[in-house]
Amino acid sequence: MAPPLAMAAVGVVMIVVVVAIVAALVVYLVSVIVALRAIAGGLDEVIASVGEILQKTAPVNGIVTAINEQLDAGVDALEGLLVKKAGIVDAVGLVDSLYAGAGAAGFRNFPESAAITPPRISEVYTKGTLTLARLGREAPIAAASPNGPVLRNVEGGSLAARLLYPELRQGRPGAMPRSPVIGTGAPVQYEQRDDIGKPRRHMPSRGNGSGA
Amino acid sequence: MTLWWIGDAVLGLVILPVVVYLLHGVLREARAIVPSVRGIAAAAAASSKDLDAGALLVTTQEGATRTIAGVAEYGGSLDVIIDDAD
Repeated sequence: MAPPLAMAAVGVVMIVVVVAIVAALVVYLVSVIVALRAIAGGLDEVIASVGEILQKTAPVNGIVTAINEQLDAGVDALEGLLVKKAGIVDAVGLVDSLYAGAGAAGFRNFPESAAITPPRISEVYTKGTLTLARLGREAPIAAASPNGPVLRNVEGGSLAARLLYPELRQGRPGAMPRSPVIGTGAPVQYEQRDDIGKPRRHMPSRGNGSGA
Repeated sequence: MTLWWIGDAVLGLVILPVVVYLLHGVLREARAIVPSVRGIAAAAAASSKDLDAGALLVTTQEGATRTIAGVAEYGGSLDVIIDDAD
């Protein structure tokens, strides 16, 4: 049988250890509660901000879709106009000249354009010149040949455009009078007058409008 | 009596350190989450502020619509004044 003092000591030690465990539990759990409250507060701020983000981004899909639809319509119209005016081959060449390599992709509404080899860009510039010449056929500059053939001669495009001007200037420029030669090498030299800039020697008479 | 002392020893030398160790780990991880949550809150607030210009998308949409309409009218004029390709 153990002595009462030893039994009391064992009980006291056990109580002390249990109290220590409970104290540790209280301290740490209270600290965890404080940290969790801070986390909850931060999450409340996050939720509020995310709510604002959702509210602000709600119309984005519809607006961007509408913008893309408008842009698609514009691209389709411009591509169609380009192909209609320049032809599918030259249209591919023009696009490829502006954006190198883009001609290989072709046009969206013209799948066959992807198989076209882009032509030389020089033809595009020449055709642009001819287009301007055709537009000017109704203008006075082309009055000499308002009903002439369509200028499709790419190689001779510049000459054909020049022929729209009066014949004398373009075909026989040598027959035109020479421009006067001025300067020290001019065939006719005039002596410099000394009285220029000085007071007049004789004032014009009053009442004589004829100047005689 | 001896078993009582052994129980006290186990309780004080094993159970108590284990409890303290586990609780300390939980507290450390909980405190580590707090700065992350505050960073996320700041980033979300900044992101929300960055999206203030999102309302201008309505204006952009109207501008795009007018631009495309203008391009369409311009293309119509080109269609009239320029000959078609052969």
